[in-house]
Amino acid sequence: MSDVTRDHGLRLLHDMLRIRRFEEKCAELYSAGKIRGFLHLYIGEEAVAVGAMQAFGPDDAIVATYREHGHALARGIPADRLMAEMYGKQEGCSRGRGGSMHVFDAATRFYGGNAIVGGGLPVAVGLALADSLERRPRVTACFFGDGAVAEGEFHESLNLAALWKLPVLFICENNLYAMGTRIERAQSQTDLAAKARVYRLSAESVDGMDVLAVEAAARRAAVAIRRGEGPAFLECRTYRFRAHSMFDAELYRDKAEVDGWKARDPIATFTAMLKAAGLANDAVLAALDVSVADEVEQAVQFAEAGTWEPVEHLRADVYGGV
Amino acid sequence: MALTTYREAVRAGIRDALLKDPRVFLMGEDVGKYGGSYAVSKGLLAEFGPERIRDTPLSESTFVGAGIGAALGGMRPIVEVMTVNFSLLALDQIVNNAATIRHMSGGQFGIPLVIRMATGAGRQLAAQHAHSLEGWYAHIPGLRIVAPATLEDARGMLWTALEDPDPVIIFEHQTLYNMEGELPADAGAVDIDRAAVRRAGKDVSVITYGGTLGRTLDAAAALAREGVDAEVVDLRTLRPLDTDTILASVRKTHRAVIVDEGWKSGSLSAEIVARIVERAFYDLDAPVARVCSEEVPIPYPKHLEDAAVPQTPAVVAAVRETVGRRG
Repeated sequence: MSDVTRDHGLRLLHDMLRIRRFEEKCAELYSAGKIRGFLHLYIGEEAVAVGAMQAFGPDDAIVATYREHGHALARGIPADRLMAEMYGKQEGCSRGRGGSMHVFDAATRFYGGNAIVGGGLPVAVGLALADSLERRPRVTACFFGDGAVAEGEFHESLNLAALWKLPVLFICENNLYAMGTRIERAQSQTDLAAKARVYRLSAESVDGMDVLAVEAAARRAAVAIRRGEGPAFLECRTYRFRAHSMFDAELYRDKAEVDGWKARDPIATFTAMLKAAGLANDAVLAALDVSVADEVEQAVQFAEAGTWEPVEHLRADVYGGV
Repeated sequence: MALTTYREAVRAGIRDALLKDPRVFLMGEDVGKYGGSYAVSKGLLAEFGPERIRDTPLSESTFVGAGIGAALGGMRPIVEVMTVNFSLLALDQIVNNAATIRHMSGGQFGIPLVIRMATGAGRQLAAQHAHSLEGWYAHIPGLRIVAPATLEDARGMLWTALEDPDPVIIFEHQTLYNMEGELPADAGAVDIDRAAVRRAGKDVSVITYGGTLGRTLDAAAALAREGVDAEVVDLRTLRPLDTDTILASVRKTHRAVIVDEGWKSGSLSAEIVARIVERAFYDLDAPVARVCSEEVPIPYPKHLEDAAVPQTPAVVAAVRETVGRRG
């Protein structure tokens, strides 16, 4: 804690809290029928997106998964445009075409939102290849879950990125479950960093419930990548507090396990740390709560006021220039 | 004019693109040191170096996906997949990413990617190297599908495909690589929008593309000796289909035969029949006929492979029957 400034600490807390409150509102809106389709909440994993995102600048690229509201918000996609996307309104960041699982935003170089497990890894390799060919000192951050490690594209992509020394940071959010299948039931080698090291890239595991640990590890990796040392792999050990999606009865894990992880809530523990270090007090925290609640409320109002894309536009953007 | 092969014409197109646009690079299995499994890219590694002529591991999904990412990152990749059967390992990237991202991102991101692959039977490679799955790909909105059947198109479609803002898949029929002919020294880019009438005729429209164009033209020549004047339409682009050219031909001849190396069931040939029936039904003087591959995996022995795919005598027979049925 000693090297964290008050401003930075409060900003990290704010960014995590904003994801938490945004998604709690999404769950409500889902029950109210405002948000449809699949909705995968990131609640419990906020320290990963917020910590890791500190390592990247505006020129870097982000590739995420279908559980990507946290990455989108942490990357700087405005909450109102994200909420409008959840509603399917044309003011949404993907013009409402993608919904919860397919968030895109050119302004922040956010390349999805990908609902095929593992499908983003090759794309991240290609973005990094373009940077490498053009000699641009950029990093592509590629987020995926432990489920993706079982996909062939994980192995192909780590191999190719390492072979060609491409500037990709592979960030594995290991929340222990691929939907309902616990990692031991799916992986012969559950040490994911060890698995990544087979491809001869630098690999590290970090406590994904600790925003500062994630930030530090991501920064170290990004610096090495920018130095030209090739890709890196970062496993963030985390846990989702909510069900896989809104249709999940959670038959595969017991309440004691969930409660055990909830005791390590990244927001609660970080708040306590800030208070203990004298960097936050109740008044500051209360003000933070109010500002986050306001932002979420405004996002909902923006989405409610949003408009539906005219049906006549249905065929637009299947092809460019048409 | 210079004597050239289809293979050399494809290579000249790639070389031309590499010279014209620094964003263009070629990647795929054995495109570099080996020179390409069909020797298309022979010599390019020496001329352009390993950054732009990139040998990949046998990771179809990832090198195709890397092509998508590189296109998103501003490059103009040419990805070679050794054969259409291998492209099934990359189907996720092609169908779920390349074809969808423009629409799904609300028009923010396009994928100006070119994928080339060999297709078709005729070289006794059996059922995992010889299928014609162009029709499958032509089913997918967001993709553009082309099938160069002539030296001009082999030379000229690539540049136009690279200038297209969307993913274009170029299908090169593997029996065409050794086809030889004259190509103007200044041959260059050609359109990838329109079908072409390769032989004008008045009695029947024979509609085909790719590897069966030559056999169809041979059939037309044989039929001409019997007094049947067949018009041969080369589709060139399989998605989007140039329906106008197809219909204009059918409205002129009032008869149609479709020759397609794909299978009949759920196919491109079925789509063409449907469009003719939907829009030119009352112009027809006979039922539309199809000459397609037998509904079997393509077998290895030559006599069975030949029997499985459309051959010239089958085209001649189908046309005779169609023309004989006067309304």
